[in-house]
Amino acid sequence: MSWISENGPYSGIVMSSRIRIARNIAGLPFPSIASIETSQKVVDMVRKSILESNSILSRDFDFVSLRNLNEVERYILVEKHLISPDLVERAEIAAVLMDRNEQVSIMINEEDHIRMQCIFPGFQLDKAWELLNRVDDIVEESIEYSFDEHLGYLTSCPTNVGTGMRASVMMHLPGLVATNYINSVLHTISKVGLTARGLYGEGSEALGDIYQISNQITLGPTEEEIISSLNIAVRQIIENERMARQALAQSGKLEFEDRIWRALGVLKHARRLSLQEFMTLLSQVRLGVDMGIIKGIDAVMLNELMVKCQPAHLQAYVGREMSAEELDIVRANRVRDELSKIS
Amino acid sequence: MLCQQCQKRPATVHFTKIVNNHKTEFYLCEECARQKEDFKAFIPFSINDLLTGFLDMDKADVSVRSPGLLKCKTCGMDFVQFKKVGRLGCQDCYKYFAEELAPVIRRVQGGTKHTGKVPRRAGVGLRIERQIKQLKAQLQKAVEAEAFEEAARLRDQIRELERQLGQL
Repeated sequence: MSWISENGPYSGIVMSSRIRIARNIAGLPFPSIASIETSQKVVDMVRKSILESNSILSRDFDFVSLRNLNEVERYILVEKHLISPDLVERAEIAAVLMDRNEQVSIMINEEDHIRMQCIFPGFQLDKAWELLNRVDDIVEESIEYSFDEHLGYLTSCPTNVGTGMRASVMMHLPGLVATNYINSVLHTISKVGLTARGLYGEGSEALGDIYQISNQITLGPTEEEIISSLNIAVRQIIENERMARQALAQSGKLEFEDRIWRALGVLKHARRLSLQEFMTLLSQVRLGVDMGIIKGIDAVMLNELMVKCQPAHLQAYVGREMSAEELDIVRANRVRDELSKIS
Repeated sequence: MLCQQCQKRPATVHFTKIVNNHKTEFYLCEECARQKEDFKAFIPFSINDLLTGFLDMDKADVSVRSPGLLKCKTCGMDFVQFKKVGRLGCQDCYKYFAEELAPVIRRVQGGTKHTGKVPRRAGVGLRIERQIKQLKAQLQKAVEAEAFEEAARLRDQIRELERQLGQL
């Protein structure tokens, strides 16, 4: 049940729910200063903690050393949101354990020794935490974590100390963007300890009206409290986004539908598509699908299309590295192909 | 997406340049963006900068100690280095830089006390350590009161708990 290929609750607006926790192994230096030997030891310990555990979960995991992947293969994992760009930066010492359903991934030697995450389609943070919590317990059966009574889980950066938890929800918010309400929403959530980022994390732009809403604070509240405040905020944003979509549809029905159909038209016929333009058009089509204007396409198909048309996926598809211009041409070809299969 | 320039790192900086009505868009990683004169003003500041800012802001409060000389005795990370990279070297850094980190943690976090999940192993250890502490206080009292039988019993209990602690 990968977030890309499965529909989840509220998937018209919430694309995925992800929880990440940071853990370090007691007594070992953090990855940024650890020797190659120590890093290797960390990889072995974490690998064994999962693959040699008694849990039935462990049978579903594959171990991958990043050193054994080429650059494109590494970025394919980034584009599927299974690993972070930071892990790729440390490819020489980094590894990852992934479950075959592409729900859980355990990054080894990222900023912290262990960063595990669980990603579910749609809006289901509680379920993601339930599963991740179990995986955390399995790892802890054989590994002692760096933990302090007052500060909680000790992390390489003090901004993650405490629960080490970052819960985030990837939301498609074209209505709030079009009505200009997005800034006030983002401003409001920042007051309750939440933050919004673009599709590619900190500092990146919200391509295709996609925002990642996540908690900023990790020390003080419990894991459940963090998830619960995020749940409350996300529910309200969903409500606001719905109202904005309705308002847009009612205030200028023809114009609204025209924009959506034109976006589909361009995607179906363009010969060149930059990532930016592709994401913008896809956003309109996604909106049209959710509003019942476009039939015969669903959110899952659009998720798959979105991921397939990211740079690393395109390079893997063609089988070689390409310039930005070439990528734009190949992207347009791929989009045409995929859409012609559907309708 | 990858940086247009190096095709290696992820693009995190987006910039649109308009010259004579001709629009050019750039998607670059921070490193390549830094090298481009045009982008200097547009680079989003990082968490490191923010942390460093907080550390400097609170300098006045902690001037009793000279941060330049502070060093973690376990991993050797010195405080100046930490301020540069924003990443600690090991778990003991939290102990050696406790005074300097406290105001930063107060600022970036909601609280100063962890209330969430406790790992089972560390949790067991914590409980036993607390118990040992209590028993040692009782032992002290028993010795002072010359209740030697009671003291011997407490001593055995402490030894047993210390043995358990050693096995964790």
